[in-house]
Amino acid sequence: MVTRIEIISKIPDTRAEVRKKVLGLPVTIVDVYSIDKKFTALQLKRIASVLTNPVAQTVSINTPVSPSRFSWAIEIGFLPGVTDNVANTATESIEDLLKIKFKDEEHVYTSQITFIEGDVTKEQAAKIAGTLYNPVIQRANMKSYPQYKKDKGMGYTVPKVKLTQSRSVDEVNLNVSDAELIDIGKKGIKNNDGTTRGPLALDLAYMKTIKAYYHTLGRNPTDIELESIAQTWSEHCKHTIFADPMDEIKNGLFKTFIKSATDKIRKQKGKNDFCYSVFTDNSGAIEFDENYLITDKAETHNSPSALDPFGGSITGIVGVNRDAIGFGMGAKPIINRYGFCFADPRDTVPLYKGKDFTQKMLEPKRIMLGVIEGVNSGGNCSGIPSPQGFLVFDKRYKGKPLVFVGTVGLIPKKIHGKNAVDKSAQPGDLIVVVGGRVGQDGIHGATFSSEAMDSGSPATAVQIGDPITQKKLSDVLIKEARDLGLYNSITDNGAGGLSCSVAEMAKECGGCRVELEKVPLKYPGLAPWQIWVSESQERMTLAVPPNKWKKFYDLMKRRGVEVSAIGTFTKAKKCIVQYHDKVIMDVDMQFLHDGLPQRPMQTTYIQPVFPEPSFPQPKNMTETIHKMLGRLNIASFEFISMQYDHEVQGTSVLKPLQGKGRVNADATVSRPVLSSQKGVIISQGINPTYSDIDTYHMASCAIDTAIRNAVAAGANIEYLALLDNFCWCSPHEPQRLGELKRSVQACYDYAVAYGTPLISGKDSMFNDFKGYDEKGKPIKISIPPTLLISSIGVIPDIYKTVSLDLKFPGDLIYLLGETYEELGASEYYGMLGYVGNSVPHVDALKNRTLYQKLYQCIQNDLLASSLSVGRGGLGIALAKTAMGGLLGIDISLKNLKGSVKRNDVGLFSESQGRIVVSINRKNKKIFEKIMGKIPFTYLGKVTTDKTFIVRDSTNAIIVKTDTDKLSSSYKSTFKNY
Amino acid sequence: MNKPKVLVMSGYGLNCEEETKFAFDKAGGKTDIVHINDLIDGVKKLSDYQIVSFPGGFSYGDDTGSGNGYANKVRNHLWEKITHFIAQDKLVIGICNGFQILARLGLLPVTFALTNNDSARYTVRWVDMRVENKSPWLLGINTISLPIAHGEGRLFVDNKTVSTLRKKNLIALRYIKGEIYDYQHLPANPNGSLENIAGITDESGKIFGLMPHPERALFFNHLPQWSYLKEKLLREGKGISDKGPGLSIFINSIRYFV
Repeated sequence: MVTRIEIISKIPDTRAEVRKKVLGLPVTIVDVYSIDKKFTALQLKRIASVLTNPVAQTVSINTPVSPSRFSWAIEIGFLPGVTDNVANTATESIEDLLKIKFKDEEHVYTSQITFIEGDVTKEQAAKIAGTLYNPVIQRANMKSYPQYKKDKGMGYTVPKVKLTQSRSVDEVNLNVSDAELIDIGKKGIKNNDGTTRGPLALDLAYMKTIKAYYHTLGRNPTDIELESIAQTWSEHCKHTIFADPMDEIKNGLFKTFIKSATDKIRKQKGKNDFCYSVFTDNSGAIEFDENYLITDKAETHNSPSALDPFGGSITGIVGVNRDAIGFGMGAKPIINRYGFCFADPRDTVPLYKGKDFTQKMLEPKRIMLGVIEGVNSGGNCSGIPSPQGFLVFDKRYKGKPLVFVGTVGLIPKKIHGKNAVDKSAQPGDLIVVVGGRVGQDGIHGATFSSEAMDSGSPATAVQIGDPITQKKLSDVLIKEARDLGLYNSITDNGAGGLSCSVAEMAKECGGCRVELEKVPLKYPGLAPWQIWVSESQERMTLAVPPNKWKKFYDLMKRRGVEVSAIGTFTKAKKCIVQYHDKVIMDVDMQFLHDGLPQRPMQTTYIQPVFPEPSFPQPKNMTETIHKMLGRLNIASFEFISMQYDHEVQGTSVLKPLQGKGRVNADATVSRPVLSSQKGVIISQGINPTYSDIDTYHMASCAIDTAIRNAVAAGANIEYLALLDNFCWCSPHEPQRLGELKRSVQACYDYAVAYGTPLISGKDSMFNDFKGYDEKGKPIKISIPPTLLISSIGVIPDIYKTVSLDLKFPGDLIYLLGETYEELGASEYYGMLGYVGNSVPHVDALKNRTLYQKLYQCIQNDLLASSLSVGRGGLGIALAKTAMGGLLGIDISLKNLKGSVKRNDVGLFSESQGRIVVSINRKNKKIFEKIMGKIPFTYLGKVTTDKTFIVRDSTNAIIVKTDTDKLSSSYKSTFKNY
Repeated sequence: MNKPKVLVMSGYGLNCEEETKFAFDKAGGKTDIVHINDLIDGVKKLSDYQIVSFPGGFSYGDDTGSGNGYANKVRNHLWEKITHFIAQDKLVIGICNGFQILARLGLLPVTFALTNNDSARYTVRWVDMRVENKSPWLLGINTISLPIAHGEGRLFVDNKTVSTLRKKNLIALRYIKGEIYDYQHLPANPNGSLENIAGITDESGKIFGLMPHPERALFFNHLPQWSYLKEKLLREGKGISDKGPGLSIFINSIRYFV
C-alpha cells in the first residue's frame, strides 16, 4: 500500500528556473514522497501538511499534479538501498507527529518529477533524463504526456530492497591450484551460481600465507574470515607500499623518510617541539596553547567520486570529519579543507569502463560539479567552515579525479582529568556502535580502492554521506559523552567497516568477541560477512565500560542517536565473531594484524628528457598575461568559495576571497578559540605537472609552496607542521615506484631542512583507469604522480597577518627571493604545449631565512600586502595583488634578482621561494634593513588609477592593461559555474 | 544585578549554538545551550529564561524544506510552552535557520516563506542593511553589515501580506548598498528577497528573525576588509578596537532586561 504525496511550487521555483536555463526548455519540478505504510485519510492529510510549505507549495495525496502543458515527465528516484536522507527526515517527522513507529519493512522514499515543455522527441527526452540522474545510484522513469494521462500519473513503484541471497556462512576452499587462488584473490569469493562477490585485492603471496595459516588450524576459512583478512591487509588499510622493503630501504619508505624526518626535527627543536601526537591516531596533533591541541588530517576519496561524484565527495568530507571526532577522546572539527584534481570540464569525448561502448563514464564537467556539490552539502550541513582549497586540471585526471578533503580539529589537552590523547579499550568493555545503520552500501570500499578501476568495479562501492546523522552523533560524543568520561576509547568506522574498527581497537586490549546479530540493519537479508565489512557511513566504534553503559545508552537515546552494544572486548588474543550463538570467525589477533608477508619491491628510475623548447618571445605580452589568467589552473574559483560556508563557528580571520576584487587566497587564517587572539594558518601545496620531469622536485616544490603560502599570510616557519597525501599510479611498475621513492626522499630532505615536521599522512596508490576510448579501443589513463602537502601553523596574534591585496597608492612593491629560468612543466609552457626540463629547484636554507625575516616584518606591521608567487609566476602574482586591491601598478623587471634573460621568463618562471609584498614607503628603510642580505628586488609602485604597467630592463613598457580587464580574464573561465 | 538568562536551542543539526552562546555571554548574558529534547523531557524549563534564541544551522539537513523538521518538533511538543513564553515580556531571536524555523512555526504575525535563493545556490558573503523599525533588538542601530550563509533566504509573501508588513511596521531589516557594497561590489540583495527584506519582527519587535548572522560579526577580524582597515588606521596613527558590528544586537537584548 503506497501513498504518493506530490508537491508543486505555487511561487516561482528557482530550482526550475536554473534547470530551465541549462535545458533551454520550460521546466516544472514536482517533489514526491512515496509512503509505504498504511495510514488513514486523516493521518495522510496531517502528514502532507507537515511536509509542505503552505505559502509556497500545493500538495496532493494520491492525485498526480502536473503543469497543464508538458511533453515529457521524467521521474528520478533512488535505486534500492541507496541512502535517502530526505526520506529519513520525513520518516522521523511522521513518527514524531503521529507518535507511531515505522516497522522494518515500512519506508518513505523520495523522488522528483521534472516536467519539460516543448517539441521534444523521445530520444531528446531520454538524453535530458540522462543529464538529470546517475545510473549508479538513481533510476529514471519517463512518460510522454499521453502516457502520463493514460496511466493517471507516474505510478506507485518504490525502490524497496529485496535481498534473496543466501544468508548462510560459507566455507571457502583454499586447497586449490595457485591459478584458482589468484582468481579468488582478484575477483572474490564465488557464489553458488558462479558469480563472484567482488575484489579481495589479495595477491598470490597473501593467498598462500592465508592458506598456510588455515592449514595449521586444520580447516578452511569461512567467507567472513577471508573477507575480514582481505580488508585488514588491504593496501588501503596497511599501506604496504610505504611499509614494505624497497630496494636498499629495508624499513620501508614511511619509517625511513617520513617518520624519521619528524623524529629528527622534534629532537632538534628540543623544548620548542610543538608536536603532540604524530602518526599514531586518526589525525596528527600539535599544541595550540596551554589548554588546547589542534589536530589535522587529510584524506582522499577518489574512486567513489569517479562513479558518483556527489556521493563520493560528501562521503569523503564527512568521513574525514570523523578523523577529528575519532582523534584521542574526540576532537571537535573546526576547519575543513578541500582540493580537487579534474580533467578539463570542456572535454566531452566519451570514455567507457566496459567493452563495446558500455558503462560510460561521467563527463569531466559532471564529475566536477558533482564533487563540488558534495563537499558543499557535507561541509555546510555539518557547520564546519571550509575556507581553504584549490583546483588543479590535467587531462590525466579524466579516468580518476582526485578528491582531497581535510579536517582540522580542536581538543582540550585534559578531559575528565585525563590526558585526552590517551585512550585504550579495556578487557570487559562493551563494543558499542553509534550512528547510522548498516546496509549493503560501501561493501569492498577498502579493497576496491586498492585496485585500478575497470569494468568490474562494484556498484555497491558507492556510499552517500548523511551529515545530519553524523552531526547528531558528533554533538553528543564530543560535547557531552566525552566530557562525562563515558567511554575508554573511540575510533572511526571507515574503510572496512566494523571489521577494521573493531579489530583495530581490539589491539588496545588484546581481543574481541562480537555478536553480529546485534548490529542494527537498514533492511533485512544481509549476509553476516556483509554486515562485518559494510562501509555504511556515520558510525563510530567505542569501548564503553559496563558500569557506564546505561548512562551512555540513555544519553544517546535522548539525543536521537542510534546505539548498540555488539559484543565485548577481551584479552584472549583472538578476534571472534559469532552470529546467533554460532562462531563464524575465529582468527588470532597476531595473524590478522601482522600475518601478512612483506613484499620487497624493486624500483628503477630513468630521468625523462623532454625536448628543450625554443621559441621567440610573444610579441604581445599583455595578451599573454590575460590568457594565462584565464587558464583553468589559475582562474578564479570564487563560485566555490562563495558556496562553501567559511564564516560558521565565527572563526574566520583571513577569508578565502580577499580584497576589493575578491581574489582566491592560498592561505586562510582562523581564530579557533573565540576568547583568545591566537590563530591557526592553513595552506596547501600541489604541483603535479612537475612530476613529468622529476618527482623529487615536484615534492620539494609542493613542500615549499605549502610553507610559502602560509608564511606569506603571517605564519611562523618555526611553528608550522605538514601533512602528506600521496596519490600515485601503477605501483606495480618499477619506474613508478622509483618516482615514488624520489618524492619521499625529497619529503625527508625538505621537511628536515625547513624544520617543519610531518604529522599525518595518507596514500592512495591505484589511481589508474582501464577502459575504452571513444572508438572502443582499450585505454589506460594514469594520473600524474601527485603529492598534496598541507601546512598548518599556530600564530600568537591573528591581527599579525596580511591579506594579498594592494592597499594604498604610493606603496612600494618588492619581490623577495630570486628568479631563475625555471619554466619546466610550468603553466606557461603548458599553455604553449611544451614540458621542457628546467623544473624549479628549491633552496631550503636560503628560503628558511627569508621566511623567518618575513615573519619578523609581519609581526612588526611592516607589510601592507603579501602574496606567495605560485602557479604562473610573478606576472600572475602581480595581477592577483593588483586585482585584489583594484589598484594599478607601475613596475619594472630591471634588476630582478637571480638570472633571467627574457621578459616572458621573468614574468612566468615558477621559481620557488618568492613572495610579492607591498609596503608603506615610510617603512622602506626598516623593511630593507630587516631583509638585509636576503635577495630582494624593488619592483615599483602602486598607482592611483587601475593601470597595470610592467616594464622591461630598458624601462620599455611590455604590459599595459588595467585591473578591471585583468579581473574579467581571471573571472571569465568559471563565470557561469 | 543578575545577568539575564539566555537559552540557545540545539540539536538535530542546528550548528551555530556555540558562537551564539559566546555572543550573548560577551554581551553580558548568562547563556545555556539546551538540546530540544531536554526541554521536551522537562530536564530544562523555558520559563527559567528571559531570552530564547533559535540559532543558525541545518536542522534536519533542510530536508522537507529548511526549518520545517525542527518547527514540527517544536509544534508537536513545545507549543504551549513557547506561546506562554512569548506572551510575557521576553525576547526571541531566530537567526538564519532559526529564522526559517520561526517562519515555519508561525510565531510571527504574518505567513511568509523563506525559499530558495534566486541563484538556487547556497551563498556565503557579507551584506549591508538598514534598520527599518523600532525593535528592541535593533535599538540605536541605523545601518549594519553582517555575513550571510544560506541557500533558502529569499523571503516571499503575497501582495496582501506585503502591505500588512508595511502597515504594521514589521520589516526590521532591508538589504541596501553600504560599506560592504562599496568594498566588494556584489549585488545589495543577495538572494532575491522580496522588498529587499532581510529580517522581520512581530508588532512588539520582541520576536525577531533575520537571515544574516550577527554572531559571526563580533570582532574586528570578522570584517572582510579588516586587513585594509587595519593598515588605514595604522597610517592614521590609530589602533584597532576588537569589536564587530554584530555585537550591538546581543547587547541590546541584554540591556532590555538590565
